[in-house]
Amino acid sequence: MDFPIISSLIILPTIGALFIIFTKSSNNKYQSSKYVALFISLANFILSIYLWLIFDKSSVNFQFVENREWLSGFINYKVGVDGISILFILLTTFITPICIISVISTIKHRLKDFLIAILIMETLMIGVFCSLDLIIFYLFFEGGLIPMFLIIGIWGGERRVYSAFKFFLYTLLGSVLMLIAIISIYWISGTTDVEKLYEIGIGEQYQKLLWLAFFSSFAVKTPMWPVHTWLPDAHVEAPTAGSVLLAAILLKMAGYGFIRFSVGLFPIASEYFVPLVFALSLIAIIYTSLVALMQEDMKKLIAYSSVAHMGFVTLGIFTMTQQGIEGSIFQMISHGLVSAALFLSVGVVYDRNHTRLIKKYGGLVTVMPKYGIVFMIFALGSLGLPGTSGFIGEFLILMGTFKKSFLVATIASLGVILGAAYILWMYKRVVFGEIIHEEIKSMKDLKKFELLILILLAIPIIFFGFYPEPLINSIETSVTSLIDNYNTNLTQSIAKK
Amino acid sequence: MENLEIILPEIFLSLTIMFLLLFGVFKKNSSKLIYNLTTISLIILFALLLNLYQVSDLSIFNNSYKIDSLATFMKLLTIGSGIFVMLTSSRYIEINNINKMEYPILILSSILGMMVMISSNDLIVFYMGLELQSLALYVLASFNRENLLSTESGLKYFVLSALSSGLLLYGCSLIYGFSGSTNFNTILENSSSGQYGITFGIVFILVGLAFKISAVPFHMWAPDVYQGSPTSVTTFFAVLPKIAALSVFIRFLYVPFAEMDDQWQMIIIFLSIASMIFGAVAAIGQKNLKRLIAYSSIGHMGYSLTGLAAGTNQGIQGSISYIAIYLVMNLAFFSCMFMLRRNNEYYESIEDLSGLSKNHPLLSFSLLIILFSLAGIPPLAGFFAKFYVFMAVIEQKMYFLAIVGLLSTVIAAFYYLRIIKIIYFDKEKEKFETDHHLGLKFTLAVSTIFILAYFIYPSGLTEIVSKINII
Repeated sequence: MDFPIISSLIILPTIGALFIIFTKSSNNKYQSSKYVALFISLANFILSIYLWLIFDKSSVNFQFVENREWLSGFINYKVGVDGISILFILLTTFITPICIISVISTIKHRLKDFLIAILIMETLMIGVFCSLDLIIFYLFFEGGLIPMFLIIGIWGGERRVYSAFKFFLYTLLGSVLMLIAIISIYWISGTTDVEKLYEIGIGEQYQKLLWLAFFSSFAVKTPMWPVHTWLPDAHVEAPTAGSVLLAAILLKMAGYGFIRFSVGLFPIASEYFVPLVFALSLIAIIYTSLVALMQEDMKKLIAYSSVAHMGFVTLGIFTMTQQGIEGSIFQMISHGLVSAALFLSVGVVYDRNHTRLIKKYGGLVTVMPKYGIVFMIFALGSLGLPGTSGFIGEFLILMGTFKKSFLVATIASLGVILGAAYILWMYKRVVFGEIIHEEIKSMKDLKKFELLILILLAIPIIFFGFYPEPLINSIETSVTSLIDNYNTNLTQSIAKK
Repeated sequence: MENLEIILPEIFLSLTIMFLLLFGVFKKNSSKLIYNLTTISLIILFALLLNLYQVSDLSIFNNSYKIDSLATFMKLLTIGSGIFVMLTSSRYIEINNINKMEYPILILSSILGMMVMISSNDLIVFYMGLELQSLALYVLASFNRENLLSTESGLKYFVLSALSSGLLLYGCSLIYGFSGSTNFNTILENSSSGQYGITFGIVFILVGLAFKISAVPFHMWAPDVYQGSPTSVTTFFAVLPKIAALSVFIRFLYVPFAEMDDQWQMIIIFLSIASMIFGAVAAIGQKNLKRLIAYSSIGHMGYSLTGLAAGTNQGIQGSISYIAIYLVMNLAFFSCMFMLRRNNEYYESIEDLSGLSKNHPLLSFSLLIILFSLAGIPPLAGFFAKFYVFMAVIEQKMYFLAIVGLLSTVIAAFYYLRIIKIIYFDKEKEKFETDHHLGLKFTLAVSTIFILAYFIYPSGLTEIVSKINII
């Protein structure tokens, strides 16, 4: 057996966390912990880049698969990547060091614990994206609740307790139904190995109920309307790095789950429930965009915009077209970068002025010109201006949707306009205009490290906006095989009838 | 007589009890010594039992006493947790002035009763074991006799438990009357599901047993007794009698009445659903940690009964795994409670934990792990406990039971989270003392590591448990 590269990716952050736990720092600055966390997360990023380079993009199969006996005989520890999951792993390992840089420089209170939580979180998130066994997936998926609960609860804002509880209980409630479904799959098919399940399929009569059980978990996590209400609360109260993790990666677990499990395992049920998903997605796009328009809190506005963007993602996935699914994956990656950047940008002004209310700002461009520029890039990325990665995703999704239904696509396009409206209006009120508040005048422009992380995020947003080929190239074969599998299943089922 | 060697552990334990009793009477001020001797004799007992582990399926004394893999494993669990209870509570009983020489001897006799219960294959033997166990527990509950709450809890436990024993005896006599025997195997041969007398007998005995494991609706004693008894005794209460009662449950349901499962299955399902929901809801408003853990143990017993309701070997194995993991979590939790000491006084209100994480990061981290595990969040051991049970339940297509069970874990998660919130998010209070007994630290460390690292090698427990085949 070769070097277990996937397991190393998963375990490395945890080793870093253990290292931090057992290093005693004599002073309160936690110098060693900072360097260890940064070093480990960067090492993991480099490892994942290496994985991406040696990954064979033309192959349909899962690669670097590791299969070990785990729970005597009936469940194996099985991990591996295909073209879809590798992008999410890259996103995770890219966002984590950025989070760590931001945490190191802004958080003073219990920094060591925060670093441990982020590293454990990274382990769990990578685990989610590469597990090829449903039980293993569930372990990683649910395990993420613990560190996130602590991040919101310990370092959050005023109503942090309420938000942390809401986040935890909402997600747990959705997920226990998924657990029942996973165990049922084991008894129906005799295995929880995803690869085997793809081959043998799941009996048609069970699919709808199982699909609904998985849906209940993923819909809460996505989050889809009407179970999205935990997200704005969690975002507003979470510290900046917590919001970044939540928006950039945690929400993507559900989108990934939809593609890998809902569509992959239950094609017949997915086809049956397409209208439901379309309806919920459209409501999410239009309704939450309108809600976002009325927000006074910047973080809340971005949180609602996330719901709307994730609405596009679910819409794209369930078009079951090459463009739609590719667009959704692209949109998730792009939204991961853009929303992370937007939350970091809000964090920058929050650290200086200690408020997130839009009306407390105005005229920032005169005191913080650099900030005005980078914030502009991310705002444009969010609304999907051509030349940013946001455009490619939305464009592909709408293209896929047009194939499926003209009406749905038209309504969804309205969402794009609304998206431009709320983000630009916020940008205008915060950055332009005259300085009304005295505090603004004394605000300093971006520090070096802030500029560094924001530019690091801006580069891929623009790069993939102009040249999406590397990403599309990596997912293309996997998506094609997914859709082929889906269509054969459907035709077989129709033929039977 | 060659059979005597397989009940060597029981003989050894009886002799130890007698010896220690005499020793305590004739030698003054020997309570500390007796306490240590008790711990050592428990360890020897554990080794003796391990030696017996290869013996499978032997019946002795006219087929009324069974040594099989179920009995040996459950006895090992009982004695293992007995050792840890002794290790954790030595400092506590000193400080609270209850280190009398009778204390460890009562614990030993209670354990002897449990061993008899676990191995019993006959209604009379089973009842003898049960009473030996209970009588010792009544005294232990009221051991801190200057404390009003403790005497109250002892009395309460005695009255209610005597009532349930009465019901249980009535059930035994009904079964004896209708089947003509007290032996489990003979009952199996002589009974058929048409006999209402036997059904009534089963119901009465189940009521008595449900009382012993505090399943709803026979749970009323648990919160008061848990709160009133000295914490060291509560630790004992929360773990050991449940193991014994659960193995009696298994043997009683699956040996004589295996074919009458249509008669008792609904009762078990009701007991488990009621316990799961009630345990979760009632714990929400609690302010005292011991009361809270009482309600939480009611809920946990509901989950372990769920496995029995499935009516398969897999279900029984699930229940046994559940109780094994549950006892580790409980021992760990009580070890943490023994650490909440300031100026020779123990604190047991939830508010006292406020901001614990700032002064005692390691202790809080252990509590965090233990509480999330009790709530059943993966990848901690508590999740696997629930996973095994629900595997068995869903195999039998009992989806309603599974959904109710898992939804009540969400409710239960709320009160565990509340404690975590108090530990991690609230303002700190005064520091607690940190010089703890080595045994206490050891127990906490071992159990926390077990809970945390269980997922790395989960096959260990399943392999041992999978050897237990009752049906």
